[in-house]
Amino acid sequence: MEFFSDIMNYRFLQQALITSVLVGIGSGVIGSFVILRGMSLMGDAISHAVLPGVAISFMLGIDYFIGATLCGIFAALCMGFISRKSPIKSDTSIGIILSSFLALGMILITVVQSSTNLYHILFGNILAVTMHDLILTLIVTLLVIILVALFYKQLLVSSFDETIAQTYGINTQVIHYFLMVLLTLMTVVSLQTVGVILIVAMLITPAATAYLLTDKMSRMIVLAALFGIISSVIGLYFSFTYNLASGATIVVSATVMFCIAFVFSKKNQFIFKKEQ
Amino acid sequence: MEISNLSVYYGKRRVLNDVSVSIRPGKVTGIIGPNGAGKSTLMKAVLGLIPMSSGTITMDSGEADPKKWRLTIAYVPQRQSIDLTFPITVFDMVMMGTYPSLGLFKRPGKAEKAQTQKWLEAVKLGDLGQRQIAALSGGQLQRAIIARALVQETDIFFLDEPFAGVDVVSEQIIMDLVRDMNRQGKTFVVVHHDLSTVKNYFDDVVLLHSDHIVYGEVGNVFTGEQLKHFYGAEINF
Repeated sequence: MEFFSDIMNYRFLQQALITSVLVGIGSGVIGSFVILRGMSLMGDAISHAVLPGVAISFMLGIDYFIGATLCGIFAALCMGFISRKSPIKSDTSIGIILSSFLALGMILITVVQSSTNLYHILFGNILAVTMHDLILTLIVTLLVIILVALFYKQLLVSSFDETIAQTYGINTQVIHYFLMVLLTLMTVVSLQTVGVILIVAMLITPAATAYLLTDKMSRMIVLAALFGIISSVIGLYFSFTYNLASGATIVVSATVMFCIAFVFSKKNQFIFKKEQ
Repeated sequence: MEISNLSVYYGKRRVLNDVSVSIRPGKVTGIIGPNGAGKSTLMKAVLGLIPMSSGTITMDSGEADPKKWRLTIAYVPQRQSIDLTFPITVFDMVMMGTYPSLGLFKRPGKAEKAQTQKWLEAVKLGDLGQRQIAALSGGQLQRAIIARALVQETDIFFLDEPFAGVDVVSEQIIMDLVRDMNRQGKTFVVVHHDLSTVKNYFDDVVLLHSDHIVYGEVGNVFTGEQLKHFYGAEINF
């Protein structure tokens, strides 16, 4: 178990471990709402859309966190604008935003010739996580947990039944953009860990696994966070030991858990039938 | 409740045109009319779920702020709008009805749980609370949705087609409860399509067809002549 002794010895590995665990927790919590509200594709689009923000931040010499976050929020607004103002179906508008922002980001990053490797932004390089990244991830994850806990009632009722939420005096538009902002923040801090391309898997796979195993929203959120942690740690192990892209190893770990849950879930009636 | 000169558009299509109606407090009122007459639209416009292009609504309570008086109405939408795959138990769904009274941050506590159980028992689902909502029959689910509105313990209840696709037993349980609560002074407004039960179920009737509206006590309004006018065919009861 060389991995464990290395964790004790190397500071960069400790930072990577803590960051990936935090990303697992935060994306599991947000991801639970993302899949229940049918926003998976939207999450994918926002994660791709932060890329130009990363490049622009380098150009302007500001923290990539700021540029990427603003860019993600801008993309969310664009998607909302297109679906409000035009009869184009939402998956089409999401597809356009996703691909155009990604394309723009790739051009800008190549032009800037920054020290940041495009490959690492796209696929994640958790072993390069800095103390600065760790602290940002910690802040965002805590923010996500606290806000979701505070507004749990509003999030639950508006995700389950938007009409009823409105009659309770809840502004469901505000809730929607509130979740979009949290989603964007979580996406930006996951950049280092899993990379742009695979962030959506961290959002939806642990949450979908948890969904298969419980009939209670609160339990689903806790399970999703737990599965997020487990896949992060296993993924980190394989990434470090075999020198693989961390995003890929983390996502494969999450998917293996999903497959196990899929086979044994009572909801799928695959092996176990639901008792009536 | 006084609704004056209400008009509602869906895009460019006018669904309600200059409709005025008065709903008496403490009564059970049925809204009747052919498909597409704007019955649900009328309800949604009052609840603020769709914008009114013109019109005013005055409440008997005298409260002028729509945000405030709307919270005195509990709403049961048509059943199709429920996401049956959502990870939620019957008990937790019904408990949502306590949310408006809890304010911004407070979570449901002991009192809210007791209140939820009380209304679950009132709709005869007391022992099914821990089931996932898809594990209920259509009639049971409808009763649970009614319970979620009753838990709000408001003075006014809007029910949109509560008996559509519901078994006879559930319909009876719901109607008994409506009558029971009406005796305690609660107001009910019900969008209804089964003409054969109108005389038994309602005190007042609103007959509606887009820009044409008649309302009043069931004996005065629910007549063969009016029905012929609204449905365009001879209907006898």
